[in-house]
Amino acid sequence: MKLTQLSVFLENKQGRLYEVCALLGKNKINIRALTVAESEEFGILRIVVDKPESAMRVLKKNGFTANLTDIVAVEVGDHPGGLAGILKILFAGNINVEYMYGFVEKFSDNALLVFRFEDINKAIKVLGKNKIRIVGKKEVDNL
Amino acid sequence: MSKLPEVRYWSKEFETIDRPSLKKLQVKRLKETVSCALKTSFYKARLKKAGINGPEDIKTLDDLEKIPFTTKDDLRECYPGGLLSVSLEEVVRIHTSSGTTGTPTVIYHTGADVDRWTDLVARSITATGAGRKDIFQNMMSYGMFTGGLGLHYGAERVGMTVIPIGGGNTRRQIQLMHDFKTTVLHITPSYMLHIHSKTGECGFSVNDLNLRKAYLGAEPYSENTRRKVESLFNIDVYNSYGLSEMNGPGVAFECVYKCGMHTWEDAYILEITDPKTRESLGPEKEGEIVFTTLTRKATPLLRYRTRDLAFVHGGECRCKRTHRRLSRITGRTDDMLIVNGVNVYPSQIEEVIMRVPQVGNNYQICLEKEGTLDKLIVKVEIYSKMFRGDLGEIEILKEKIKTELRAAIVINAVIELHEPGVLPVFEGKAKRVIDTRQKL
Amino acid sequence: MIWNERMECMASGELKEYQSERLKRTVDYIYNNSPLYKKKLDACGVDLALIKGIDDIGKLPFTAKDDIRDAYPFGLFSQPLENITEIHVSSGTTGNPTVVGYTKEDVKLWSEVMARALCCAGAKPGDMVQNAYGYGLFTGGLGVHYGALEMRLTIIPSSSGQTKRQLKLMSDFKPRILTCTPSYCLYMAEEAREIGLDPRKSSWEIGVFGAEPWSESMRKEIESSWNLLATDIYGLSEIVGPGVAQECRHKKGLHIWWDVFYPEIINPKTGKHVKEGEPGELVITTLTKLGMPLLRYRTRDIVSINYDICKCGRTSPRISKITGRTDDMIIVRGINVFPSQIEHVLLGIEGTKPHYQLVVDREAGKLDELEILVEVEHKIFSDEIKQLRIFEERITREIESVLGVSAKVKLVEPKTIERSEGKAKRVVDKRVK
Repeated sequence: MKLTQLSVFLENKQGRLYEVCALLGKNKINIRALTVAESEEFGILRIVVDKPESAMRVLKKNGFTANLTDIVAVEVGDHPGGLAGILKILFAGNINVEYMYGFVEKFSDNALLVFRFEDINKAIKVLGKNKIRIVGKKEVDNL
Repeated sequence: MSKLPEVRYWSKEFETIDRPSLKKLQVKRLKETVSCALKTSFYKARLKKAGINGPEDIKTLDDLEKIPFTTKDDLRECYPGGLLSVSLEEVVRIHTSSGTTGTPTVIYHTGADVDRWTDLVARSITATGAGRKDIFQNMMSYGMFTGGLGLHYGAERVGMTVIPIGGGNTRRQIQLMHDFKTTVLHITPSYMLHIHSKTGECGFSVNDLNLRKAYLGAEPYSENTRRKVESLFNIDVYNSYGLSEMNGPGVAFECVYKCGMHTWEDAYILEITDPKTRESLGPEKEGEIVFTTLTRKATPLLRYRTRDLAFVHGGECRCKRTHRRLSRITGRTDDMLIVNGVNVYPSQIEEVIMRVPQVGNNYQICLEKEGTLDKLIVKVEIYSKMFRGDLGEIEILKEKIKTELRAAIVINAVIELHEPGVLPVFEGKAKRVIDTRQKL
Repeated sequence: MIWNERMECMASGELKEYQSERLKRTVDYIYNNSPLYKKKLDACGVDLALIKGIDDIGKLPFTAKDDIRDAYPFGLFSQPLENITEIHVSSGTTGNPTVVGYTKEDVKLWSEVMARALCCAGAKPGDMVQNAYGYGLFTGGLGVHYGALEMRLTIIPSSSGQTKRQLKLMSDFKPRILTCTPSYCLYMAEEAREIGLDPRKSSWEIGVFGAEPWSESMRKEIESSWNLLATDIYGLSEIVGPGVAQECRHKKGLHIWWDVFYPEIINPKTGKHVKEGEPGELVITTLTKLGMPLLRYRTRDIVSINYDICKCGRTSPRISKITGRTDDMIIVRGINVFPSQIEHVLLGIEGTKPHYQLVVDREAGKLDELEILVEVEHKIFSDEIKQLRIFEERITREIESVLGVSAKVKLVEPKTIERSEGKAKRVVDKRVK
């Protein structure tokens, strides 16, 4: 149920984001979701790709610092209050969200969000118990 | 700890003087101090009003009551030159109170003043049984704060080996303590406990150290804390009291019997007064400490209200010193906070944060213990109008407030930014200070 | 005014007798009182009977910073600890710090040479000194303090930092003399303008600036910003602290008090004396110290020396401003920093040795900024900003505690630090010379 996310350390320099994306494109790696967390001098690019391991190899070979993190992709109803409903469940289950962001594409008619939890296993349990749909790797690849 | 402590004196004649002679000496010196004070415009006006035109109006110690009190606000109003009673050429040292906010206070010293102060500190050190063979690590900060330089001079006069390290840098403190086989420390109680918790981290145990004594001061602590520190380090702990208005350290110090701090009454007249009625209180009764300087020429102070609360122990001390013993400081008459030995008023903090345009009107000052050290947390609400959603900007704002605070109160505070409406709102008098520190 | 006219203006012939006598006495004293020095002198096989005068000084072995550190803590002292009244410590590269012990007489000597220095800069009795050098184990603060005390000047012991308060003290008490690092002085000018204070109208007339190298253009800038006379002071804790040499108002080199600190200039590679006037490493022998006298101590500072007699009447030779170092030490806000110290800190934090670089810069009117670039390698990287921040903060804190100077840590991508022959360049000094 877990998905693998790739995180890349980037300095806040012009063109760095482009270089990563170009590199991945050249190697036929497809980006499904992404977000950039920024601080004053550096940022972290977080991406979900179809081939995380080979993306990792490519980046490392080209001198980037990157690592893999477990995340969860959750289907969220695309209507007002959809996300709030899920957050309410997490809150009630005492689950801490480290960060979250959205997929580019829709999943069936719903939105697809990436969650990074402090305690991923507990989160999966809570979500499952509440019948929230967690989307697996295959489904993401087929998007 | 030691069984039968050896009693040693620095100036035995003055330390064991009989009470009647001491009182006579005090009258003589009070007269000198009054004539000195009359050279300043401030005291001239104030003493005249009270019917004192010259030293001849002081005949006995009872005449002290005719003299009006001097307050911290008087000192502020007299800043910078109003209380200087000698020509500036005679002054060798200037100490001002800390901070850039509000009006500071200043104390001037002539060469002879510093010399007499040094002597009182040497006397204090000797009273604890320390001497020239001791290696003294002075962990109070140097500079305008009198704690560092005050003890430095006294220790050198006694002939100790002084390591003028000042505050901070725990790792290095412990390293040097070990390497130099330091025997005596001058330090705040909270920092002393912190040192203990860090000794292991630095690869030492207390047994690797050669410590014998510690002089703890600059913040209040209890008898329990003394015992705790003594057993943790296997040393003797002596209580020390001083304030910059009365030179600094060396006003009152414990002797080897550790039963209250001998106040050097040949240099200061000590009174304990009821903070409300201003009545003079007898032994064992708690009140505000009031001091009159007896030997300082450059800045004489008459009946100065310290805002510190304490009492005088009754009875005599086994060390044969006749100077009365002051209890631990039990409280304050104002809202001053002591954070890791540094004095700070809530109003100083308010002044700084209210200058920052991004900050709303509500704030809170929290004091907590982090390990054994004090932690000052300043919580402020951020104006929603100012927030542009940039994380970097928030970091910069925090850093800015932190820097400004450090400049004003010499303390590193933790700044917490909150959304508007989060901090409690008060109707009437706000409770801005939340002090959850356990008393030492 | 000349503080000790007799010694400072003595004809070199007569002075040479003093120097010779003092050198013989010092060699003898050290040999008999410091077991480590005795061993060293015995080992190099020098026949002490051949040291007949100051001209024989070249026969003695050098003392290096490592000799002091290897003897840590007190091995090089020539007196038992109970006769030592004060100890100063400067941080070393990575190993032991450098420890210096003073007897009562040494503190007296220090006071005397500092009084000479203050007078040489133009101080006179009755003056007030604002002493903005840091007090504590660093010798700057207490050294100036002792000298001012010796002269019976009025001291404001403001110590370093807290710039607004420094400016307030200056406006309120009107001291004529300022002592601090030259870069801090410029920084204060900027701060003064910011709070609406005209630095040209300050009470300071004379500045005694040191603890870091500075240029003639910086002097011009200080002098025109503050409208004061900016003089250079030189010293190092191993010898005594500040007060080894000082400029007079003619500003043509720093008078070195050679009746007590005897200077030689050597080629750092060969150890031989350079030709008069040529630059080389400054070597100093203390001629009257008791606690920790040193023979031919190699300062690692590159200077040249001028033996012509100065217009001010002092007969002592003058050393130039420091033009370089024989090691990779840099001075940041008056504090000595060795790259190896940083390496040590990084090693201690992650157990790895990431590539790093020290970048020192100073914007006009600002203080030195030390930035430490650390390449983020896989082992350090976390996908949470929070964790990276904590990592940054830990390095910052550790460095501040080890160096006593604050630094900004900047995480950079791998391979961004410039390398030459595979080795990373450790120091980039962008400050204008």
